[in-house]
Amino acid sequence: MIGAIGFLSPWLLLALVALPILWIILRAVPPAPIRRIFPGVTLLLGLKDEEQVSDRTPWWLLLLRMLAIAALIVGLAGPILNPRSDDIGRGPLLIAMDASWASAADWNARISMVERILDDAQRTDRTTAILNLSAPEQVTFQSANEVRSTLAGLTPNAWEPSVNMNTLMALLPEQGFDTLWLSDELARQTRDEIADLFNAKGALRILASQGESIALAPARFEGGATILEARRSVAGPARTVQADVHGKDPSGAARILAKADIVFESGAKTAIQEISLPAELRARVTHFALTGVRSAGAVSLSDDSLRRREVALIAGREDREGLELLSPLHYLRQALEPNAELLEGSLLDILPAAPDVVILADVAKLAPVEEAELTEWVQEGGLLVRFAGTRLAASEISRSEEDTLMPVRLRAGGRTVGGAMSWGTPKELAAFTEESPFFGLEPRADVTVRSQVMAQPDPTLADRVIASLSDGTPLVTRKPLGDGQVVLFHVTANAEWSSLPLSGLFVSMLDRLAISSLAGMPQAGDLDGSVWQPISVMDGFGRISNADSLAGIAGERLLSDVLGPDLQPGLYEGNTRRIARNVISAETELSAANWPSGTDIRPLQTQPETPLAGILLGLALALLMIDIVASLAMSGRLRGAVAGVGALMLLGLPADAQQDDFALAASSEMVLGYVITRDEAIDNTAEAGLRGLSETLFFRTSIEPADPIGVDLETDELAFFPMLYWPITPSQPTPSANAYAKLNEYLRSGGMILFDTRDADIARFGASSPNGTKLRALAEPLDIPPLEPLPQDHVLTRTFYLLQDFPGRHTARDIWVEAAPKNAERIEGMPFRNLNDGVSPVVIGGNDWAAAWAMDTRGNSIFPIGRGFAGERQRELAYRFGVNLVMHVLTGNYKSDQVHVPALLDRLGQ
Amino acid sequence: MTSPRALRLDAEREASRLPPLLARAEHLAGTVLLGEHGRRRAGMGDDFWQYRPVQTGDARRMIDWRRSARSDMEFVREREWQVAQSVMLWLDTSASMRFASDKNLPEKADRARLIALASAILLIKGGERVGVTGTALPPRRGRAQILRLAEHFSNADQTDYGVPEARAMLPHARALFISDFMGDIDAVEAALTKAADRGVRGVLMQVLDPAEESFPFHGRTIFESAGKTLRYETLKANDLKERYLEKLATRKETLSHLCSVTGWQFTTHHTDASAQSALLWLHSAMERSA
Repeated sequence: MIGAIGFLSPWLLLALVALPILWIILRAVPPAPIRRIFPGVTLLLGLKDEEQVSDRTPWWLLLLRMLAIAALIVGLAGPILNPRSDDIGRGPLLIAMDASWASAADWNARISMVERILDDAQRTDRTTAILNLSAPEQVTFQSANEVRSTLAGLTPNAWEPSVNMNTLMALLPEQGFDTLWLSDELARQTRDEIADLFNAKGALRILASQGESIALAPARFEGGATILEARRSVAGPARTVQADVHGKDPSGAARILAKADIVFESGAKTAIQEISLPAELRARVTHFALTGVRSAGAVSLSDDSLRRREVALIAGREDREGLELLSPLHYLRQALEPNAELLEGSLLDILPAAPDVVILADVAKLAPVEEAELTEWVQEGGLLVRFAGTRLAASEISRSEEDTLMPVRLRAGGRTVGGAMSWGTPKELAAFTEESPFFGLEPRADVTVRSQVMAQPDPTLADRVIASLSDGTPLVTRKPLGDGQVVLFHVTANAEWSSLPLSGLFVSMLDRLAISSLAGMPQAGDLDGSVWQPISVMDGFGRISNADSLAGIAGERLLSDVLGPDLQPGLYEGNTRRIARNVISAETELSAANWPSGTDIRPLQTQPETPLAGILLGLALALLMIDIVASLAMSGRLRGAVAGVGALMLLGLPADAQQDDFALAASSEMVLGYVITRDEAIDNTAEAGLRGLSETLFFRTSIEPADPIGVDLETDELAFFPMLYWPITPSQPTPSANAYAKLNEYLRSGGMILFDTRDADIARFGASSPNGTKLRALAEPLDIPPLEPLPQDHVLTRTFYLLQDFPGRHTARDIWVEAAPKNAERIEGMPFRNLNDGVSPVVIGGNDWAAAWAMDTRGNSIFPIGRGFAGERQRELAYRFGVNLVMHVLTGNYKSDQVHVPALLDRLGQ
Repeated sequence: MTSPRALRLDAEREASRLPPLLARAEHLAGTVLLGEHGRRRAGMGDDFWQYRPVQTGDARRMIDWRRSARSDMEFVREREWQVAQSVMLWLDTSASMRFASDKNLPEKADRARLIALASAILLIKGGERVGVTGTALPPRRGRAQILRLAEHFSNADQTDYGVPEARAMLPHARALFISDFMGDIDAVEAALTKAADRGVRGVLMQVLDPAEESFPFHGRTIFESAGKTLRYETLKANDLKERYLEKLATRKETLSHLCSVTGWQFTTHHTDASAQSALLWLHSAMERSA
């Protein structure tokens, strides 16, 4: 075993020792000689090699061969990556699993490990049992098959094992057994004790997961930013994890609201990342999760502690500039600012932003629109808090009958106690009754009320009072309105009427009214007596599910109890707020398990064992192949192979290169071209015909064409060809519009096309033979000038040979060329008319010239023409026509200039 | 026994090889004529030499009446005195000539055959009689001789290195030997001295492949002659290059020296050069040696 690689037959590795010897032998043997035919060998005879040492094999080739042989030896030794470790013990086998949230991240690996252990146990006929330490049950040893059937139901729990030692002892059977403990490697107090317990029963082996456990602490809100903190169990190297902020979008669908990278410094166990989320967004956050970590520890539910309520502050008068402390909103601002988002502005502007709370400080009369909107908002669940003041006291609101937005009717004027002009002393607060939301708060003696508005005694008044003064007059009244409520403080929000805003009690009261929310967990005592209903709970993988069916949890247990089956991590809802119990609390510290020395710890294998022999033998084979190529290259015999490979690569060349090749072939020498009709016989004839014509031109004239080229009208460039031969078949495809554009361009720029209907034996020109019809169809889009039968004085008749007949395989005289201009007249004394200047763009006939010209590569005629000598004469004339035609194409009207010959001769004086 | 049908097929196949060679040779010969003389191909003895006054004994029909009409005297138009020369060709068709180092290059034999036939055509068109050394094909003139020569040159010799044939040489004829001269130098020397003894002047043309000039070989190599009769093994071919080139230069030097002694001319032609340049040189050389 070397690292993670083991060998089936390690002794074979000894053969590696032989490698250096092989090196020496290989170096000594010269490479095989190359045989070469070389006539100059006579000169070599008698020469002697100066050195008697042959060209040695180059070192890199030797190295290549060495590597190949080494790979062969190692491959044959049967290397195996991650070989399976041996089994433990013989008796019953207990598989203990932590099955905590920390195991969830690599749960599949654990399950497959357990399956493998069960396979082995089945092979060796051992009874096994699985003990889930997070949810322990009575251990009974069963056959591996039966245990395997329970495996599907085994899931990690969202909490950590917290089993009592005595309980565990009771669950374990009397008999001895060996234990495999699939540990999650988190430090835990009970771990050593449990290990001792297992050790007492038999052998114990820990199968420890390799990586670190990583978890997300509950998010905090500090200084305007949300702080995410990730923790890990091992202070390992630097690592970056990504955290997602999950929440609901405005339409209520779950989505990721933000992402943040949390960077662990090297050697740090905690990492902190601040995210700044707008309040609006933050209010919608449901939970935070580490991306890609499937574990309940990586999910942190957010509760009201993160949420900051939006409070709208509206004052009745803001006209007292400079008197900050007298502002009706000053104390409210001071009290709320740390824990709530404050909105200030006009009521109609603020209401659409859906604040949680609206505080009206000494606002008496609202505009009808404002009142209607505010009422609607309260009925939908808003909390309206009103403070009294001089304006409210002076107004007629809620005087004779109860205003919708007032909890009680008010008496006119209010009262003042303990002032200079009144009796009595300022009143203190009475103790809060049990129904009051302020129950539990201590009324403080230094809070005194000097003035207040008085509630009109009503039948409903007693129910609506939630705080009163020591003399029983209501201080705070509340009434439900729709889903929301209206609360009235019968004093001002500043210190004019009472010292309440100056005391800490004010803040607590606001808090109880859920106007503000306290950061962090409430104190244990705060929740006494309340029952909290789980809304959603997490499983071990961090999946959040609905928890309607679970029973409520007593408030005193909610915060203090350890998480377990009875108190699952999740979101709990009480009267006014929600509290999240997360797997990782603010205090939880992750650290790696510290096993006593001597514990048998094996890594939890996640990689299956892989035999490497095949790979190595393949590598050896590949190296030997390279060696073949390299040896060939060394001895210079690779040229053929390279040419072959090169040809193969040529096939794969991009079209550009192929076009370049085509252009080179067509333009480096003068080449005749024929249009490919896709009828093989016709194309071959055309090629042979042009070859014959090229040969003829080569021998008879100074035109020396290369081999003819077939032209695909669709793809090939035409400009390279002085002349195109186009045999007509009824079946050939009609060129595309693009091809016609190219053809017209070609004709306009001086090219010539020889159309050959090849049917002059059976049809005259213009007769509707199939080929003629096809020709008409093909030529219709072409830009062809008016035609006429070839006149006797056309330049074609004398460009090289003097001709009047233009036979091919057939001898028809219908050859059509561009018509002469109408004004061309024969001048007296001239043998020819002065005809058109350029080359006729088309020559049309049906004599099947290609067949007459056709020549095989040895210069023999392919097709018989006519009979006997007359036939040979006809072929000769056909060649002459071809020569004349090409001459005409290449020299244009040069021979037409012979009209001037008499004049030239005259000028020369001869 | 070969059946007549198969014989005819074979014959036709063989015959079909001739026209291309002939054609190429004719084409090649045509370029030289173009360069030296233009298109005029006057027959032998047609070239104008001088006008001289009629002397006694001149036949009346020898008088050039057109010239005589311009003056009061009669003139005779003298033509260039031309006697047909006999040109003896020897073409090495042995195995060593059938070698090409690269598939883009022609074999030495191929090139030699082309040059030989082209110069034969030139000579025959010039009115000379052309034949082959030895007794196989005595010098004749006329187009049929070209065909015979072409046929003769197409026969391949199976020996490894060709030996110059110097028998049956006509005295004071001209000669053209084309070979790679890689074989026994003594045979060449013997042939040349024998020819020189008979007053034969001529040209040695050595046709070499570029590989034979550059020796581009490396590593352990066994060199074999084309007929596989000779072989030479070396462990480091690249070490031999210097000495091989030295020996090649010596061989050329020897040939050149032989030629200067016997009044012949010597040139080396490489198959990667154009046949036309060789033919041009040959043409002028043959005229010089006449």
